[in-house]
Amino acid sequence: MTSLPEPSAIKLGLVIDLDICVGCQACVVNCKEWNTSGYGAPLSDESAYGAEPSGSWLNRVHAFEAGVGEDVKTVHFPKSCLHCEDAPCVTACPTGASFKRAEDGIVLVNEDWCIGCGLCAWSCPYGAREMDPAEGVMKKCTLCVDRIYNENLPEEDRVPACVRTCPTNARHFGDFGDPNSDVSIMVAERGGFDLLPEQGTKPVNKYLPPRPRRKSVDQPMSLLAMADAATPKGFWQWMDNTLEKLG
Amino acid sequence: MHPAWSIIFFTSISGLGLGLAGFIVLGLVNLTFFLHFSVAMSVVFGLIGAGLLSSTLHLGHPERAWRALSQWRSSWLSREGVLAILVLALLSCWFAFTFFIGPPPLWSGFLILVLIIATVYATSMIYGSLKTVSCWHHPLTPVCYLMFSACGGSLAFLSMLALFGQTIPGILTEITFAFLIGTWALKFAWWWALDHSVSVSTVETATGLGAMGKVRSLMPPHTSENYLQKEMGFVVARRHAIKLRYISIFLGGILPVICVIFSGSSAGVLSMASIFHIMGVFVERWLFFAEAKHVVTLYYGDEQLSIAR
Repeated sequence: MTSLPEPSAIKLGLVIDLDICVGCQACVVNCKEWNTSGYGAPLSDESAYGAEPSGSWLNRVHAFEAGVGEDVKTVHFPKSCLHCEDAPCVTACPTGASFKRAEDGIVLVNEDWCIGCGLCAWSCPYGAREMDPAEGVMKKCTLCVDRIYNENLPEEDRVPACVRTCPTNARHFGDFGDPNSDVSIMVAERGGFDLLPEQGTKPVNKYLPPRPRRKSVDQPMSLLAMADAATPKGFWQWMDNTLEKLG
Repeated sequence: MHPAWSIIFFTSISGLGLGLAGFIVLGLVNLTFFLHFSVAMSVVFGLIGAGLLSSTLHLGHPERAWRALSQWRSSWLSREGVLAILVLALLSCWFAFTFFIGPPPLWSGFLILVLIIATVYATSMIYGSLKTVSCWHHPLTPVCYLMFSACGGSLAFLSMLALFGQTIPGILTEITFAFLIGTWALKFAWWWALDHSVSVSTVETATGLGAMGKVRSLMPPHTSENYLQKEMGFVVARRHAIKLRYISIFLGGILPVICVIFSGSSAGVLSMASIFHIMGVFVERWLFFAEAKHVVTLYYGDEQLSIAR
């Protein structure tokens, strides 16, 4: 059924901290690794070692440059499905393969029903869906639904693969339906925002803005000058003073 | 957007077939002769059927296409499929009635006509409902689709009457002229709207980084084109768009008008008019896809969506 369910009380999603992400691509790789070997069709690649390698991935890290001159900043920008509340990919689907879970708001594709028409990818403003070149079915982020509820895994692993692997803690997983959850508090404190809010998709995933850069001191000091300026202590202070007196 | 041949063929040809069927079911052609009956029936079913079959060609899993009939509550693609099959079923009844009993009552023709209009409207709304492609998300998009269908249908119907040696009522020629001029006037209005549209979505709203100043793409997330860029970042047509617009109106508008004026009810000349028109529609439809910009291109280096000319 591709009509959208009533908004769920639990809204699972990600917070992505653009201040922290260093663009290492570890989340991209771990996402592919987990999702190519679990449920459904593997995430295939085409001419992986050729001149034009391509394939389906559920998470991609872009890089943007914002501002000009001294204030210019490089922002690494991870992007995966935002599990929108008003998901246009779900209502566009003619077969019922694309659906939003009523219990936790995760948007999924039933690969056995998908006809591979591509209309859901056309209706997604974020480019979160990619057609698998080998299987001819639509692939997308599942929020690692096969990890987060998986009691065979140790508790610390019951988060999406991208969150688990991020070496800088730039990705956080949680329930946005609960105003007291870590992710909700983080979004409230840091001014978390939606991507393309004017598209009316009401994304669940939020992004945290880069913090303003700390202003550097007016006259940058050289290392040598810093060493000169430092006051020695103990024996070295006595020696410093003695040598000073000598001469 | 990537102009898939199967989709261009589908929207143009089934639009033409549905338009033609709309004129036939109004009882404006005499189908008493078996030859006329079978030609009319095979042309209508051939065009609509070929279009629908072609639409399944771009699917990853055509064998599951029947599933697409299930989500008519929310999906325009599903509605289009359901309506098209309903039209085909009712058309079969209409032709069977004609064959076994005689001309069906006019109300049945009107009923089919309403469903035909709904089908073409649903086809157009597959694209017109997409907010992500701002130039498609316009009230004139379905109007243009309906007009092209009516225009192609009326030209094909004139050729059919001429071919069957039946008199062409003057009013029908006038209606065809009106459709030809109206269609291209509306298409020009659509193009004008496209050229003057200002998109609310920019790379700043896409990244949310606008507060830091101008945003530009620094590095793509991958080294070669991916599905998204192949599907939604098509650029060839935009380079030649103005030229292609004139080619489409020359083939689909000017040549058919000249043919109809000088045809003198010749079936050959009127058929030429139909063929020129559908060629013009192919070019127009190719541009409709190829010229359209998807909002996701903002993540891949486009700083705004308006088409700068």
